[in-house]
Amino acid sequence: MKYMILIQSNRHFHERWEKLSDTEREEFGRRHYTLNDELADSGELVISAALGDPSLSKRVTARDGQTMTTDGPFAEVKEHLAGFYLVDCDTEERALAIAAQVPDAVWGLVEVRPILDRSGEDM
Amino acid sequence: MSSPRPGVEPLLRELAPQVLGVLVRRHGQFDLCEDAVQEALLAAATQWPASGLPANPAGWLITTASRRLVETWRSEVARQRREQNYVLEASSPVSPAPADDDGLALLFLCCHPTLAVPSQVTLTLRALGGLSTAEIARGLLLPEPTVAQRISRAKARIKAAGAQFRAPTEAERDRRLPAVTRVLYLIFNEGYTTSSGPALQRVELTAEAIRLTRQLRQRLPGEGEVAGLLALMLLTDARRAARTRPDGALVPLAEQDRRRWDAAAVREGTELITRTLAEAPIGPYQLQAAIAAVHDEAACAQDTDWPQILALYDLLAALAPGPMVSLNRVVAIAMTRGPAAGLKALAAAEADPALAGHQRVPAVRAHLLEMAGDRQSAAGHYRLAAQRALNLPEQRYLSMRADALGPSDDAAAD
Repeated sequence: MKYMILIQSNRHFHERWEKLSDTEREEFGRRHYTLNDELADSGELVISAALGDPSLSKRVTARDGQTMTTDGPFAEVKEHLAGFYLVDCDTEERALAIAAQVPDAVWGLVEVRPILDRSGEDM
Repeated sequence: MSSPRPGVEPLLRELAPQVLGVLVRRHGQFDLCEDAVQEALLAAATQWPASGLPANPAGWLITTASRRLVETWRSEVARQRREQNYVLEASSPVSPAPADDDGLALLFLCCHPTLAVPSQVTLTLRALGGLSTAEIARGLLLPEPTVAQRISRAKARIKAAGAQFRAPTEAERDRRLPAVTRVLYLIFNEGYTTSSGPALQRVELTAEAIRLTRQLRQRLPGEGEVAGLLALMLLTDARRAARTRPDGALVPLAEQDRRRWDAAAVREGTELITRTLAEAPIGPYQLQAAIAAVHDEAACAQDTDWPQILALYDLLAALAPGPMVSLNRVVAIAMTRGPAAGLKALAAAEADPALAGHQRVPAVRAHLLEMAGDRQSAAGHYRLAAQRALNLPEQRYLSMRADALGPSDDAAAD
């Protein structure tokens, strides 16, 4: 089963981040790297990425053969996606255990959602 | 039941684990041997169709792979020493151990406990199935670099764990066989897709799983659960043609055109499970196969022997409990004693925290409510079930079912 581990961010994250010492910030980053390495090593990592700031986002509208691009920022959102791990693991329990190792989980910003696949058992 | 493939491919897939077995037995170093065999397979796939089959295809592959191996060693730092070793080893005759033992040793190596399950699945497809990285990636719906990385890391882990290439002892076999059968079961399920899509590009993982399980059964004829797993695969795969409409839509068991089931596979699976149940200690795969056989024996859905299916689910629930078993048992209760009894059993089963919140609960409840004639509640639960479905064909089917029972509240409000 594949699961997307979504890392959300919000205003509070930035406030908290500002308060961290350099050592704590380094530790935060190091734990992301370690987790990434461990998942690659176990074969469970499909892909992971950190996303740019939402202010860099562009919205695309394609209609009637015309494409329109709008620059952000968009309407105030409480939370935005900051990054993700796409993992392929044996059980949901395992996906949750991986999510618990994401450093951002200390602030309750990590979410696990199953990926829809194409297979299905007989009903 | 492997589907026919054009050209030399079936032969290569058959020979791949044999050649790998010979190489590892001769030289050790599973990781390097595996790379060398992949290259030899690739060379054969490009050369043989033009030049024709060599007189001894296995010998050709062994020679080619050995040559690659030497090339790899030459480019390594400890070159001289290794070459000397190679000359010594290569000049000593290869013990003509039966290929069956090699296959078993390879399978247990690929399902080594140091590996996470997805890596066990991938490495098995590679080393025993002889599939290329690209084919595995297509089969498992993964990016190719992910598969390549997974294979190389898995081999490194096996090496680091100091795993030996040899047939498992009886004690190891007993302890590790469940992990091995589970990998084969997962390969089968992974391939049991309902998607249409360009069939020629897709590797048939179900056929591959059946082939590998058949081989394992030949090697371990006394293992009831291996026979049970093979029977389960045959009896499930037999329904494949009836399971989807041409547009990819799912057809539930009760509505399938049973004339389209593969009668030969049903017969083989039924005979196998009947014989096994009489001879071997019972296990979960055997029980699931027995349930599949009862379904497949019914000429039409109305003829299904539900009391027998319920009795089998009772056994299965005692032996290997789980959310899916509980839910299927609820359906069997409803089919035997009526929807009211089914709904009552479902409410009772939901008291188990493992089942409460399971994404399949609304689908079962919807089905039972529909049986009970409560169309409106059924439609609501089908809609909830569609929302929670984990795969697209099922989602589509459940939405269709909801729509057939009545307009949604949203639609009514529009």
